[in-house]
Amino acid sequence: MSPIVSVENLSKSYASGTVALANVSLDIEAGEILALLGPNGAGKTTLISIICGLVMPTSGRVIVGGHDTVKDYRAARSLIGLVPQEISIEVFETVMNSVRFTRGLFGKRPDDAYLEQVLQSLSLWDKRDARNMELSGGMKRRVLIAKALSHGPRILFLDEPTAGVDVNLRRDMWQLVRRLRDDGVTIILTTHYIEEAEEMADRIGVIDKGRVMLVEDKERLMRQLGRKQLRMELQEPLAAVPDSVTGRGLSLAEEGRVLIYDYDTQAERTGITRLIADLAQAGVSVRDLDSRQSSLEDVFLSLVEERGS
Amino acid sequence: MNWISIWAIYRFEMSRTFRTIAQSVVSPVISTALYFVVFGSAIGSRIESVEGIGYGAFIVPGLIMLTVLQQAVSNASFGIYFPKFIGTIYELLTAPMSFLEVVAGYVGAAATKAVMIALIILLTASFFVDLRIAHPVWMVAFLLLTAVSFSLLGFIIGIWARNFEQLQLVPLLMITPLVFLGGAFYSSTMLPPFWAAVTRFNPVLYLISGFRWSFYDMAEVPVAISLLAIGVFLAACLGIVWWIFRTGWRIRQ
Repeated sequence: MSPIVSVENLSKSYASGTVALANVSLDIEAGEILALLGPNGAGKTTLISIICGLVMPTSGRVIVGGHDTVKDYRAARSLIGLVPQEISIEVFETVMNSVRFTRGLFGKRPDDAYLEQVLQSLSLWDKRDARNMELSGGMKRRVLIAKALSHGPRILFLDEPTAGVDVNLRRDMWQLVRRLRDDGVTIILTTHYIEEAEEMADRIGVIDKGRVMLVEDKERLMRQLGRKQLRMELQEPLAAVPDSVTGRGLSLAEEGRVLIYDYDTQAERTGITRLIADLAQAGVSVRDLDSRQSSLEDVFLSLVEERGS
Repeated sequence: MNWISIWAIYRFEMSRTFRTIAQSVVSPVISTALYFVVFGSAIGSRIESVEGIGYGAFIVPGLIMLTVLQQAVSNASFGIYFPKFIGTIYELLTAPMSFLEVVAGYVGAAATKAVMIALIILLTASFFVDLRIAHPVWMVAFLLLTAVSFSLLGFIIGIWARNFEQLQLVPLLMITPLVFLGGAFYSSTMLPPFWAAVTRFNPVLYLISGFRWSFYDMAEVPVAISLLAIGVFLAACLGIVWWIFRTGWRIRQ
C-alpha cells in the first residue's frame, strides 16, 4: 500500500540563512500514529507547516493521498486537519460558530449533526454557545481539535498537543487520539515529551537539527536500542572496578557503593552469570540487585549525542 | 470557484459586523449627521448654492464617498489583519482555497458593509436636504466600484501592516486628507487657478466628481475620465493582490 503522506527530499532555508530542514524524506502510512520527536527548534513544526501549506519549501515535494501539496493543493489540503501549537482562536465567536466556520473554509456543506458528534466526543457540546474567550486553556485546545476535525479529515496533525496541559487532560487527549486512529484517521503528532511518544505512537521519527535521524517502529526501536542496566549495591565500597572484570561495560557510581553493568538484551548471552561468579571470585560481595530497561528517553539522548558528536 | 469557502468567510465577516452593530453602523451615521449640522446648516446657511445646487445637497455625494472610502479600507484591512494578529490565519492558509477566493470573501464583506452604510447615510441625508438622483444606475455603479476598489486597498494594507499603528496610518494620513481636498465640501472651481490645477492630481477628485454627476448631472471632470480613474485604481489593486498571491508576501514564509 502506498503511503498516505510522502515527503520527498524536502529542504527549507529561511532568508536569514537558517536551515530548518535539510533534505528530509519520510513516508507516513495510512492509519498509523507517528510521533515526531525532537528538541525545540529541531524542525518538527517546519515539517508539519510545509505539509499543511503554511510554509513554502525551498526544494523537494510532499504528496498527500496521491496529490502534490503545491500543484494540487485543493485535493491535498482537504484531506488534512491541523491543530497548531499555539492556541489561536476567534475569541469573540461561539464554539459552534468557530467550528462551522472551519468546516465552511474547507468547502464542506453545513452539517450540524456531524459537528454535534465531534463536539460530543470532545465534551464540548455543553459549551457550544459559549464564547471562546470564556473557555479555559484546555477547553480552547479542544476547540482547536474540533475545528481541525470539523471537515472530517483523513490525516490529523497535532503540533505539541499536550504542551502546557495538565495530566488529566493529557490522558483524555491520548484517549481521543487512539479513538480517532480506531476510526481510521492517520495521526502525526510532534512532541518533546518522550513519555508521550512512548505511550501513544506506533512509529517514532526522531528529528534533530533539520534532519530525520531515524524513523522506526516503536517496539523495534525499543528492542534494538533498548539496553538493560543491572545495578549492584555493594557490601563494601570499591575504589575501582576490579581488574578481573574490566572491559565488560562496568562502571562505578555513588562513590563506589554501586556497580553498574550495561548489557544488551538482544545479545545471545547477557554475561550476567559469568560476571557474578567473577565478582565473587574477586571478593566483591553484592548486597542487592536491581535491573531496569532503558526508556525511549535514554535511547533518544544517546542518539542525539552520538550523531551530534 | 470554491463558493462554499468564500461564503464561509463572507458570512463570518458579516456576523462580526452585526455583532458590533453599534460601532459598525451607528457611529458613521452619527458622524455624518454632525457633518450636516456643521457644514450643511452652520456654514451652508452662508453659502447659498454651488453651481445651482443647495450647499447641503451638494455635499451629500462627497460625504458618502468619504464614508465609503474610510469604511471599505478599515473593514477590509481589519478583517485580514485580525486573523494575522491573533494567529487564526493558519486556517485560511491551510484551507483548500485559492488566495483569490480568500480575497473575494474579505473584500466582498467589506464592500457590502461600506455600501450598506452609504445607503443608510443617503437615507439619513434625505431627511435633511432635498435629494435627487439623475442617474441611479450609474450612482450604484460608482458606489460598487469604489467600495470594491478601496476594500481591495484595505486588504492590501491589512496584509502589509505589522501592527495596529500601521493599520491606522493609511486611512488617517491618506484617505481623509485626499477626500477633504478632493472636493467633498466644495467645487474645485471655487479655488484659485493654481490650487484648482493641483487638485487635478488628487485621484479622489475624480471619484467624487463622477459620483456627484450621477446625482446632479454636473461634473468637474468628464465622467469617462472618472470611470477610467476608478478602473485604473481597481486594476492596480488587483495587480498588487495578484503579486501577493504569487509571492506569498508577508503571509507565507
